[in-house]
Amino acid sequence: MSIKVKQPGLLTSVQDFGRTGFASYGVPQSGVMDRYSAKIANLLVGNTEYEAVLEITMMGPTLVFEEEMLVALSGLEAVVTLNDKKIELLRPFEVKNGDVLQIKQITKGIRLYLAMNGGFQTEMKLKSRSMYEPITKTSALQKGDQLQIAEYRDTKEKTFAHLKYEAEKYASEAIEVYPGPEFDFLTDAMIDKLLQQTFSVSKNNSRMAYQLEEKIENNLKPILTQPVLPGTVQFTPGGNLIILMRDAQTTGGYPRIFQLTEESINLLAQKKQGDAIQFQLKNYER
Amino acid sequence: MKYQKPSIQAFGNQAILLSWEEIIEEDLLYYLLQVKKNIQNYYIEVKVEITNTYNSLLVNYISTINNIYDEISVVEKLILVDSEQQKLQLHQFTLPVCYDEKFGLDLALLRKQNNLEISEIIQLHTQPNYTIFFTGFLPGFLYLGGLDKKLHISRKKSPRLKVEKGAVGIGEKQTGIYPQISAGGWQLIGNCPVSIFDVENEKPSPFQAGDKLKFESVSLEAYQEIKNQVEEGNYQLKKEVYEH
Repeated sequence: MSIKVKQPGLLTSVQDFGRTGFASYGVPQSGVMDRYSAKIANLLVGNTEYEAVLEITMMGPTLVFEEEMLVALSGLEAVVTLNDKKIELLRPFEVKNGDVLQIKQITKGIRLYLAMNGGFQTEMKLKSRSMYEPITKTSALQKGDQLQIAEYRDTKEKTFAHLKYEAEKYASEAIEVYPGPEFDFLTDAMIDKLLQQTFSVSKNNSRMAYQLEEKIENNLKPILTQPVLPGTVQFTPGGNLIILMRDAQTTGGYPRIFQLTEESINLLAQKKQGDAIQFQLKNYER
Repeated sequence: MKYQKPSIQAFGNQAILLSWEEIIEEDLLYYLLQVKKNIQNYYIEVKVEITNTYNSLLVNYISTINNIYDEISVVEKLILVDSEQQKLQLHQFTLPVCYDEKFGLDLALLRKQNNLEISEIIQLHTQPNYTIFFTGFLPGFLYLGGLDKKLHISRKKSPRLKVEKGAVGIGEKQTGIYPQISAGGWQLIGNCPVSIFDVENEKPSPFQAGDKLKFESVSLEAYQEIKNQVEEGNYQLKKEVYEH
C-alpha cells in the first residue's frame, strides 16, 4: 500500500505529534505545526487524532495513489484537484489506483493537512514519524518517494458530518501569550510597546521559528543558555522577536519574554509573511 | 544547603521552570540533578520530561495541567526532600580524538594566537576530566565544562558552512564534538571517530548530564582502525560507572 510522490511541492513532510522523551538529548519536538487542523483531518477519515499526516506548505505536491484509499484534507482554503476535477477541503473522498491528486495552491493560511484512513507507515525514528533532519534522512518529501500507508479500514458506515472545523478562529490577529521566564526583565514602557504594536511575520518564518519584522529597542542582557519550548518568544539584543515553533532547538540564550498558548501556536502556524499579529497577555489561572 | 531556593515559575500552561542563580558550577549541577531525581521519582505515574541546563530544570508535563499552581507547590516541596543517601549513578567516559592536522584545521591558528606548541595544545586538551552539563543546540551536542584557560579562543567571524561529523572544536570557554555534519563557528582541533549520537539506538546517546569525559589522543592509523570498528559495530566505548 503506497502513495507515489510525483512532485514534492515547496515543503511537504510527514508529521505526527512529534517526539517526546528526547529533549535531554537535544532532540527537537517536531510534529505538525497546526495541531488542530491535523486532528480534524485524521478524524475525518476515521483515524485517531494523533496519526501521522502530510503537512503541505504553500503549494504542491502532486501525489499518485496506488490503491483504493479514503483521504481527507484540512486547512483554510486551497485549490485542489483529483484527476483535474476540483476537490473540497474537509470532505473525505475515496481514491483508486492511478488517481492523481494535485494541491495547486493554498489560498488562505499556509499549511494543509492530508490524512489517510489507516495512517502513514513511513520510517519511525525515536518513536515518531515526524521528518526532521538529521533524526530522519530528510526534512521534506523528495520527488519519486514511495510513502507506505496502512491498509484501508472500512469506515463507510461512519459519518463525520457532525465534525465542525472552526476556520473563523484563524482570522484573528491576537496571539495569546503567558509571561515568559524573563518577562520581569522588561520595563513598563517595553511591555506597553510589545502589547500595543501590531507586528508582521517576516520572510524568516519556518518550522523552526517565526521572526517578526518590527524591532523593539532592547537593552536586556543576554542570559546563560536556558531551556526553551515551542511557542517561546525570544527577544534578541538586536531588538528582534523570534517565536520558536515545533522544530525549535531545546536550549537558547536570548531572554524568553513570552510563551504562546497551544492554540496560539496553531494559529501562528497558519500565518505567512506579511500577516499581522498582536500579542495578548494572559495570566495563569488560579 | 549551599544554594538558595530556586525561583519556581510556570512556563506556559504545561511546564514549570526552576531557576537557580546564573552560574556555571559543578556543585550546582549535581545539586540540581538530585532535585531532578526527586521530581522524577515523585511523578512516576504521570508523564513528565525533565531537562536541565547549567542552572535550571524544566519540568514539561507533556499535556496541559489542570492547575499550574498546584503543581508548583508539589515541586516546591520536592526541592526540600533530602536526597543525600540516594547517590546518582553516572559514568566516566574516555573518547579517542585524532589531533592530526587533517582534522585540526585551526590548530595552526590556535598555536599562533595562544602561543602554544601543537603538543601543548593536545596535552592541555586531553588533561582535564570534563563534566557533561547538558545536551542542547544540536541533537547530541554536549555542553562540557572544564576547558583549560590557555585554550580559550574566540569563534570564527563567519561560521564554516560544513563541519564534519565528529569534529572537535573550541568556541570561547567551551569545547565540544559536532555530533553530525552541520554549519559551525568553532575553531577545529581534531576529530573523534566514535559516533556520539545515533538515532538507531533506543537511547540515541550514551551520555547524560553529570557524566565525566576525558579525551585520549590517537594517531591517524589508530583513528582509522577505530572508525572501522565503529562501522562494523564492534567498537567498545570506554566507560566506567561512578557514583556522585
